[in-house]
Amino acid sequence: MNAPRAAWLFLAPALLVLGIFFLLPVIGALGLSLTDYDLYALADIHNLRFVALHNYLALLQRPLFWSALGHTVYFVAVGVPLSMLTSLGAALLLNSPLARCKPFFRTALFAPVVTTVVAVAVIWRYLFNTKYGIANFVLGQLGIHPIDWLGDPHWAMPTIILFAVWKNFGYNMIIFLAGLQAIPPELYEAARIDGASAWRQLRHITVPMLGPTLLMVGILTVSGYFQLFAEPYVMTEGGPLQSTTSVLYLMYDEGFKWWNLGSASAVAFLLFLIMFAVTAVMLKLARCGEPREQEPA
Amino acid sequence: MLTFWTFGPEGEVMQQLLPEFERAHPDIHIKLQQLPLSAAHQKLLTAFAGGSTPDMTQLGNTWIPEMVALQALEPLQSYVDHSRVVQPDDYFASIWATNVIDGTLYGVPWYVDTRLLFYRSDLLKKAGFDAPPTTWAQWRRMLAALSDPAQHRYGILLPTNEYQQLMSLALQQPDPLLRDGGRYGNFESAGFKRALRFYVDTFRLHQAPAITNVEAGNPWSEFGRGVYAFYLSGPWNIGEFRARLPASEQADWSTAPLPGPDSAGIGVAGGSSLVIFRASKHKAAAWALIEYLSQPKVQQRFYGLVGDMPPRRSSWEGGALRDDPKARAFREQLEHVRPTPAVPEWERIANAMQLQAARAVAGELTIDQAAAEMDRQADHILEKRRWMLDHAARAPQAAR
Repeated sequence: MNAPRAAWLFLAPALLVLGIFFLLPVIGALGLSLTDYDLYALADIHNLRFVALHNYLALLQRPLFWSALGHTVYFVAVGVPLSMLTSLGAALLLNSPLARCKPFFRTALFAPVVTTVVAVAVIWRYLFNTKYGIANFVLGQLGIHPIDWLGDPHWAMPTIILFAVWKNFGYNMIIFLAGLQAIPPELYEAARIDGASAWRQLRHITVPMLGPTLLMVGILTVSGYFQLFAEPYVMTEGGPLQSTTSVLYLMYDEGFKWWNLGSASAVAFLLFLIMFAVTAVMLKLARCGEPREQEPA
Repeated sequence: MLTFWTFGPEGEVMQQLLPEFERAHPDIHIKLQQLPLSAAHQKLLTAFAGGSTPDMTQLGNTWIPEMVALQALEPLQSYVDHSRVVQPDDYFASIWATNVIDGTLYGVPWYVDTRLLFYRSDLLKKAGFDAPPTTWAQWRRMLAALSDPAQHRYGILLPTNEYQQLMSLALQQPDPLLRDGGRYGNFESAGFKRALRFYVDTFRLHQAPAITNVEAGNPWSEFGRGVYAFYLSGPWNIGEFRARLPASEQADWSTAPLPGPDSAGIGVAGGSSLVIFRASKHKAAAWALIEYLSQPKVQQRFYGLVGDMPPRRSSWEGGALRDDPKARAFREQLEHVRPTPAVPEWERIANAMQLQAARAVAGELTIDQAAAEMDRQADHILEKRRWMLDHAARAPQAAR
């Protein structure tokens, strides 16, 4: 048996599993997105109509799709930097030689990640209740008018972002912590001898050395945040006035609430295309940035 | 083995009703499955798609058209014809009618739901009103007298993400909500616009806070504290208010038929029915259980356990319901309830309707713009239905 054939043989089980459980469903969904599969088609397949790209065109003409996309982009654009900065800040604090009780704080800061989103959402809804919530109580003490956190269409998304950042920052923090611990201490030592300030050490040692980690965490967080669903689902049900309806939420409503699987599949593929493009741009930017970053160092 | 799905609190009390049935029918063994109401719709559709429907289920009567469109339900007329227990004449007519789709009976009403007014009689009296409102004009005057937004006091709570309140007002109008046999929306009719205007004005006049039920939090205690003088809701809240308000406040609240443009008492014909699935292999056993649950005696016990109001007039003539002053308004209104449009798309249309109404409340749309947008969305949602109806008309043989 020659080598290539042996290699294929070894790959066959994995390819088979991938093909059946990943590729086939994806192709099926793509086919579905070209039909108007709905309740009537579920009753009798003869009621299925092939509509070509009509689902996609209808979506692109639907204001709700664009507003859902807008909310998702808003969530990603604000949430990802905020989440990464919080993670990095927490990781730096935990990594500092001055920090005490590290295992305790590491666990405490990681705890939100492993708690159930539904249980936590109940508590957050109380914290941000307009009348009884502690958030408005604190604002009241400062003499600021109460804010309708979850009921005002302008404030609902910021509240969701805050919730998501709090819920998720611990995960990236652990990755950053591992990245920070891998930076050789000699670099900092040399910098200190040269009289570099803490800020310059951060700017010229920590950040460049964390580069690959930052990129990976960035891509993972962006693709995770594009799939915003659970937070608005449990906090606001997409409201008020659909101001927290994300693309994935729209897909859920279309597919599982109204059983318009054709249109829901089209949403899924559009979201996939958008995420693919954004990730590709991020990778490209990172590659362009690499040589320039090395020059000043 | 008879599989029976229930949704919500009914499932828990069924445990207490079933032993008597199983004693009478030792050959029937019931497998009761309780599902959360929020997952019910999805679960039913998935079960149908996967060919794993139960033998029978509890089914909200607005979902019946959908299940009928799927041809998932067993027609029940022949069972009823031979039954000594289920007497159609004894049922509230409109409630019974929600189970009849295109002339065929698919369900037997189990309990009813209509939305009407809970009100604080003491607050009304203090403001100089001796009786609850019967017309919109009276209602508006009371709402104005009882609202004081500066003190966080409002006439009524109308959560802006619930469509039942606006729908109840709209059903009081002579114009149907859909036209041409459910082919198009009819939201630009004079009647619907009148209901929408009354609804939106309540917010614009600051007689209701523009909040969703997520923010409303605990409406019961706020009703008790007098934040709201009126509350537009359903039968289960009689039990909630009895349980949640202290004994000293129990005399201060009551219920009244829903005020209408000219007279009170017209509301939505809601509720849940019992249905048998076409794929069931235990239809006779399922019907036996439906008959058992339809007995007035059992329905009275059911009301005592969970507070679901019975659909039969004779069930109201005994037990805790007969002399309950707080249930009387429901009994009155149940004679005049009106069904929602019997199309599978109705719930989706109602959601779209409420969303545009909420935009009008927020000041984004005028009444006319909101009504036009509702029609546009309803027409879009009903596109497939129109195609189905035209298709069936063109090729009646193929449909069979």
